[in-house]
Amino acid sequence: MSQMPLFSSPKPTSWTVADLTRYLREVLESDELLQDVWVVGEVSNFSRPASGHLYFTLKDSSASLRCVMWRNAVLRQSFTPHDGDAIEVHGSISIYELGGQYQLYADLFRPAGEGALYQEFLRLKAMLDAEGLFAPERKRAIPARPKRIGIVTSPTGAALQDMLNTLRRRYPLVEVVLAPTQVQGEEAPAQIIAALHDLAFLAHPDVIIMARGGGSIEDLWAFNDEGVARAIAASPIPVITGVGHETDFTIADFVADLRAPTPTAAAELATPNRADLRLDLAELSDRLNRLCQAAASELRWALKELKNRLERNSPLNLVQTESQHIDELERRLNALMLHYFQLSRSQLTGLNQHMSALSPVSVLERGYAIVTNQAGKTILQVAQVSAGQPLNVQVSDGDFGVHVDRKST
Amino acid sequence: MPPAKPKTKTELPDVNELSYEQALAELETIVTSLESARLPLNETMALYERGQALTRHCADLLDKAELKIKKLSGESLEDVPSGQE
Repeated sequence: MSQMPLFSSPKPTSWTVADLTRYLREVLESDELLQDVWVVGEVSNFSRPASGHLYFTLKDSSASLRCVMWRNAVLRQSFTPHDGDAIEVHGSISIYELGGQYQLYADLFRPAGEGALYQEFLRLKAMLDAEGLFAPERKRAIPARPKRIGIVTSPTGAALQDMLNTLRRRYPLVEVVLAPTQVQGEEAPAQIIAALHDLAFLAHPDVIIMARGGGSIEDLWAFNDEGVARAIAASPIPVITGVGHETDFTIADFVADLRAPTPTAAAELATPNRADLRLDLAELSDRLNRLCQAAASELRWALKELKNRLERNSPLNLVQTESQHIDELERRLNALMLHYFQLSRSQLTGLNQHMSALSPVSVLERGYAIVTNQAGKTILQVAQVSAGQPLNVQVSDGDFGVHVDRKST
Repeated sequence: MPPAKPKTKTELPDVNELSYEQALAELETIVTSLESARLPLNETMALYERGQALTRHCADLLDKAELKIKKLSGESLEDVPSGQE
């Protein structure tokens, strides 16, 4: 052909498939809207190969979307969807270059409708909060040692057994009044409201536990019911909630006087622990013993003090004092006696000398003699003797006998 | 302060008739009154004996108590036999 191309501008070289695909991928990935989307649809072709990644197709009546969720994201999901489930999937849109397919790289899914429920939850929460139903000053104290506990829960759930076991272990002194209700489904809110009312007015418990085991957000929905929330607020008895798992928060939890993370925890928060009570009791008993011992030793001390005072004033003491006095007197008497004897002895000596001077012995020594008859009678006159009469003559160194051979006057 | 001056034993209820809460409350009252007032020896001894009996009663209750379960049924409370809750 002679005809030259009109447009001889350099013709762009053909895209390679890879380049085009990469370009499209970059376009998609630079679109912020596509990188943060929620998509609702029905699950089909769900597969989970050994890699742990999830592959499925999300479809509705007129279109379908390939989806993949990597293993690490799979591990974070609270539930696993199945074919036919209506779910909402969050993720980002990109292209699987090898397959030439755009797809949703999912990081989160939830049951369809949950989003709407969550909006309703937020609306009700904001409204009740604005009314002041969650105010801390509304919260009533939970009695430390309840005599009677009302329980609003399903009669068939594991939650009830968990709570009863906990109460048996911790505080079997309490009496439990069950108010069996459905805890999910359309009937549940009305039954829960009635149970709260009946418990309060028929059983007069000290505290009410409202509980349900774990479940999906729909399962727990009865506890996000406005009527239930208002019934809790109106209850004359303090209410403890224990709904679902630790991460589940319901409107009932916000209105309740105390929120427990689980039914078991609710039973724990409602009761003292028997082991702690034993410790308290031991402590009281110790105080009692110490007080009485102190009182006794105080009395004993006072008694001892009195005894000391009594002894200081006792007759024994007086006797001892007197006895000492007597000893003193005796000592003085002895001294006097000694003195007296000494005095007497010297007087005696003087007298003796005086007497010696008067004694007949000294007269005899001067040459006189004493003449006595046989009767020992001293002869003073001649007339006392007769001739031939034997007489005794005493001289200074002895005596001798004589006979009277004459007499004259 | 104790609500009532300790009286002779005959005026007090039998310890074994008291609930745990009643027994514990009386025990606390006794300890408080012993702590706050000097009482005659015979009263101190009487309170001590009463306090010991209360302590034993409380400990017994804690050891032997079995959970009592009732069920709200219409307008009435029904006993739920143990093991059938």
